[in-house]
Amino acid sequence: MTSFQLRTGSPGARILAFGHYQPSNVVTNDDLAKTVETNDAWIQSRVGIKQRRLAGPDETVVDMAVQAGGKALANSGLSPADIDLVIVATCTQEATIPNASAQVADRLGIVAPGAYDVNAACAGFCYALSSASDAIRGGSARNVLVVGSEKLSQWVDWTDRSTCIIFADGAGAAVLGPSEETAIGPVVWGSAGDMASKIFVKDRNSFLFQEGQSVFRWTTTHLHAVAKEACERAGITPADLSAFVPHQANLRIIEAIARKLKAENAVVADDIVEAGNTSAASIPLALSRMIERGAVPSGTPALLIGFGAGMTYAAQVVEIP
Amino acid sequence: MALSDQEILSGLGDIIEEIAGVPAADVTPEKSFVDDLDIDSLSMVEIAVAAQDQFGVEIPDDELKNLKTVKDVVVYVQGKGVSA
Repeated sequence: MTSFQLRTGSPGARILAFGHYQPSNVVTNDDLAKTVETNDAWIQSRVGIKQRRLAGPDETVVDMAVQAGGKALANSGLSPADIDLVIVATCTQEATIPNASAQVADRLGIVAPGAYDVNAACAGFCYALSSASDAIRGGSARNVLVVGSEKLSQWVDWTDRSTCIIFADGAGAAVLGPSEETAIGPVVWGSAGDMASKIFVKDRNSFLFQEGQSVFRWTTTHLHAVAKEACERAGITPADLSAFVPHQANLRIIEAIARKLKAENAVVADDIVEAGNTSAASIPLALSRMIERGAVPSGTPALLIGFGAGMTYAAQVVEIP
Repeated sequence: MALSDQEILSGLGDIIEEIAGVPAADVTPEKSFVDDLDIDSLSMVEIAVAAQDQFGVEIPDDELKNLKTVKDVVVYVQGKGVSA
């Protein structure tokens, strides 16, 4: 039997820096009420959103990923030549071919890295983060750029008031590098394919459909246990967390999971209020904005949990850079 | 042994206080969730999930929409023959 040479990686991996990008166009609830039958009070009470950002007609998933990725890279202190793997989590590209990650790398001056996209819907960033950490520890990459970038606005029916009030556009990114101690906890991930019909796009000519109440029930029933397990696997308790950053799906879901998690010392991300639901971008976008305004201390543990269409979910504890 | 109506009502009061912030003492049988207690459909789902954890009775969305008053829920849970 042939035995190949093994490649050894780093003992651990850590997030060196975050970065984010939001389109300039701010759309308020009152703006939406001009075109669909809805109002500010109803939207705020049901999903917690006050305003959202929407990309321009010519602004792509790749454009936003380049902006966020460039900021994360600058904040990390690394140069493009240091990055040897780029992963983009997205489910809303204009088309599926070619992938986003190779173009993002090229536009950032990262020459010939490994480059692939991840579609785990709104859980995508946590899946990509876990894959990046494993790549560093397994020796297949040294420094990794992970981006969540989404343009939901091009997959939403702007006459459907049940979805158009929720979804938005934006991007968030993180740069990961090797470390002696691991600062990215073990992932807890899974899926529920029997729930596939609850959130879907039928074909390339269709818009996003969501059965809101079923999704609300599923998330508020199952996800607090996943969140707690991610803490256990990292060897901490929810009380040790300084931040809880769930996917910004709906403020009511965030509050319900937080209530059951009982992370009494954690700042709970509520970026959805100003940013809307940006799918795979929402977690890095929220955490990057929290770091930027000094809302969370560096070097302390944050719990991330992504969940969405599939259904898919993934959670891990990370040390805030 | 099956739970009494009073035990279900008391448990429901605690659930509603935690989820919707309505004082448990205000959760009396004749109260309408929407009109009297100002509880919306999403909170009703959360209450149903918590009731399932506590009483072991699943209240699917199709049934939930027919439960208008506190008494409706007590009767539904009781009707499923829960044991303590």
